Amino acid sequence: MLPAATFHILLALVEEDLHGYAIIQEVARRTDGELTLSAGTLYRSIQRMLEQGFLVETRERPAPEDDDERRRYYRITPLGIATAREETRRLAQLVRMARAKGLAPGKA
Amino acid sequence: MMLMRAYNLLLLFYPASFRHEYGGEMRALFVRRMRDAGGPIARAALWLSTIAEVLGNAFLVHVDLLRQDVHYTARMLKRAPGFAVTAVLIVALGIGATTAAFSVTDFVLLRPLPFPQAERLVKVWETAPGYGRVELSAGNYHDWKRASTVFESIGLYHLFAGNLVGASEPLRVEGASVSADLFPTLGVQPLLGRRFAESDDREGAPGTTMLSYRLWQTRFGGDPAIIGRQVMLDTESYVVIGVMAREFRFPTPDALLWVPLRLTAQAQTERNNNWMYSVGRLRAGVTLDAARAEMNLLAAQSKQQYPKENANVGAAVFRFSDEVSQQSRLLLVALCGAAGCVLLIACANLANLLLSRALGRRRELAVRTAMGAGRERMVRQLLTESLLLAAVGGTLGVIVATLGVPLLNRLVPTALPLSSAPTVDLRVLLFAMALTALTGIAFGLAPVLRVGGEADLGGLREGSRAGGGHKERLRSALVVAEIMASIVLLVSAGLLLRALWTVQARNPGFDAEGVLALQTPLPAETYGPVATREAFYSRVLAEVRALPGVANAAFVSYLPMGRMRGGIWPVGLDGRPIDVADRQVAFIRFVTPAYFATLRIPIKRGRDIEESDARDRQPVAVVSELFVKRYWPDQDAASVIGRHITFAFSDRVVVGVAGDVLMRGLEREPEPQVYLSSKQVADGAIIGYIPRAFVVRSSTPPEALVPSIRAIVRRVDPRLPISDVSTLSDVVDRDTASRAVQLRVLGAFAAIAFVLAGIGIHGLLSFSVSQRAQEIGVRIALGATSSDILSMVVRRSVLLALAGLVPGVALAYAAGRSMEALLAGVKPADAATMGASVTLVVVMMFLGSLLPTLRALRVDPLTAIRTE
Repeated sequence: MLPAATFHILLALVEEDLHGYAIIQEVARRTDGELTLSAGTLYRSIQRMLEQGFLVETRERPAPEDDDERRRYYRITPLGIATAREETRRLAQLVRMARAKGLAPGKA
Repeated sequence: MMLMRAYNLLLLFYPASFRHEYGGEMRALFVRRMRDAGGPIARAALWLSTIAEVLGNAFLVHVDLLRQDVHYTARMLKRAPGFAVTAVLIVALGIGATTAAFSVTDFVLLRPLPFPQAERLVKVWETAPGYGRVELSAGNYHDWKRASTVFESIGLYHLFAGNLVGASEPLRVEGASVSADLFPTLGVQPLLGRRFAESDDREGAPGTTMLSYRLWQTRFGGDPAIIGRQVMLDTESYVVIGVMAREFRFPTPDALLWVPLRLTAQAQTERNNNWMYSVGRLRAGVTLDAARAEMNLLAAQSKQQYPKENANVGAAVFRFSDEVSQQSRLLLVALCGAAGCVLLIACANLANLLLSRALGRRRELAVRTAMGAGRERMVRQLLTESLLLAAVGGTLGVIVATLGVPLLNRLVPTALPLSSAPTVDLRVLLFAMALTALTGIAFGLAPVLRVGGEADLGGLREGSRAGGGHKERLRSALVVAEIMASIVLLVSAGLLLRALWTVQARNPGFDAEGVLALQTPLPAETYGPVATREAFYSRVLAEVRALPGVANAAFVSYLPMGRMRGGIWPVGLDGRPIDVADRQVAFIRFVTPAYFATLRIPIKRGRDIEESDARDRQPVAVVSELFVKRYWPDQDAASVIGRHITFAFSDRVVVGVAGDVLMRGLEREPEPQVYLSSKQVADGAIIGYIPRAFVVRSSTPPEALVPSIRAIVRRVDPRLPISDVSTLSDVVDRDTASRAVQLRVLGAFAAIAFVLAGIGIHGLLSFSVSQRAQEIGVRIALGATSSDILSMVVRRSVLLALAGLVPGVALAYAAGRSMEALLAGVKPADAATMGASVTLVVVMMFLGSLLPTLRALRVDPLTAIRTE
């Protein structure tokens, strides 16, 4: 099971390479502001994900116009995608099971 | 701006590598958030949450790193099991030896005695010229107690022994007779019942006793209704008034019961009968010096008041915890020193192992640095490795210590009221943990400093063929230190061995072989009249002498080297009355005939005590050779026969001169001795000196006689227990037991050190040969002969040996000097010991360098050169 922060970061990076602040914004947007990653949580997760091979740092600057020298951009790796997919499958299965028990929202 | 600085400070909680990597971005994020936060309240909230968030995450990042490092280390160690096992064993031996030594030393010397506020407890003694401290006399004690102001309370006690008679076998019990204020002074409460009260001390009061937990359990089955029960001690009845707690062992660990100390009005004022001990509790805030000053003053006053009795009497005050003899103390310190040496060698070995490993991994480390692992990560990694090894080794070491500590029990002196034997407890565990951490950090740092600092691209360029120059010097220095420490240990163990041999080779003055010794503790009440005693002796002696194998048997007041090693009475020469001020004294022993024959103490002149030396005849004495030499210096043994001495209440004529006996132990000098006939003393005049020790010489194994002797004694007096059964050889051996244990421990330490140092030398030379394989290959290719290569390697080990041996021998001499008091006259510079130790170290060097040398000789030039 992936930590929630890790899964969110993977999701945020599926479509494009992002820098740290952009990841936080993306996660917040996606969860309607329910989850705002703190700087510490973000970078600790990033460090672990780099170590585990889910992410790589990228030197390419996707949007040179609003680039800042200090920023680092992260790109999801095939392993990261596979992991995210596996986690999705696991969650989906969980939801299916919950539905079978009549717990799913809107069906109760 | 202030806020930014505060945030920077907060970031310091993160590991440097993390800060370096992400600090900039985190700062930028923080700035942006602060900007976005509207209003001071939102900012304050953000600030607070940031603090909490940073602290939590920083901790987790540290944990992440640790986990990574441990995983990595475990993987690395799994790939090098030989290294891991060696390192762990080395640490285990070092920590184990040190922890075991510490647990005993802590138990005896460091931790407070098992009484509340034990640091305030002191013992008060009298002093006498030539003897140092001596027991107290009741008269002086009472004067001083009345006049003193430094004590909160003070109590008096004396050793007590009696025969517990009852339904089952009579039992010999030892303990103390104590004044009512002694237990309150110690601050102890009974488990059941009450303590002694003033009324118990009064003459004529009904007998009362307090039982030890052990006696209560073993003899009375832990009966909860024990209070109020009557027990018979010898011929008197005592009411049990209390049971003490299990931990209370006073004055010695064997104490089984306590009775009130009753002094007759006359005894209360005696000033020249020194037989009592006292424990005082200093008032809060009173220093030992203040107590000593006051007691000196009181002693001086007593001297003025009683110029005759107190002519030479002073007072001495010692902390109760300082009862440990100087020798025991020195012995434990030596033990700790030896353990420290072992630990030092173990650490040097560990450092060397880690160093050579780090040097071997230089390339790997350089790669990791090049890939961006910072210095901090490298240091963390190396420290994790050494701490992990130390932790595993330390755990194993504690197990070693736990197993080893019981073997060291003999080193605990019996003079202390300690409640139990030393064990590895929490305190000792904390010590071991601290030691382990220190070992791990200190010796993990060596490779860090050497390699971590310069794991630069040079490491990549040179390949793994590093280790020349100053790095080798550090490693050599460690090996030299090991050689030094092991020679110190070998010499110390050797000196102690020589000392033990010297002591054991001393002639005790009697032949202990084939002699059975036991106590028949005749109670003074029944056996006060001489005739009763003599009837007992003659019946027992006649029946025992008739047993098959028995050559001789006799009774004596106290065995030489037994538990009672004193008994010095004043003597007057050639008809002069006794003058205490003369300080002419001699050991007193009452014996039955054939005592000398039984112990094979030679009669040099004249005759033994005989049956005919009865009460109605002229009292006789056999004196020792030293008695003649000291008190009649211009006479020889033959000419003193027939001279008179005043001794033990009578005028006595010298009928014989016997050889000197080492009464106080093998390591003590003989003192003048006088033997008297057990019959020639008034009824009830001697209590302590009634002959109760029974010795039997037999041509069969003496132990086999015990059941028959027991049966004989039971027939003669069914109420009399038999105690302290052993062979006289065991009694003599016990005299050197603590020495033997100490030697065994130190010898074990020396052996460990020896092996470790050998491993260290082997490791260093192997490493350097493998590092220099290429060079050796080139040399061989260029025509160097085997002997060239041989001398290259051997020169190295000879230089190491010399560098370690020379200062090692000097240090060993210094160590020998500092423990000279334990050496029984063996000189610290004992040539045989030094020679043997140096030879052993040379042999160790030879064995350690054997394999590396052979490997160097077998280097194949082609392979060696091709590897690069």
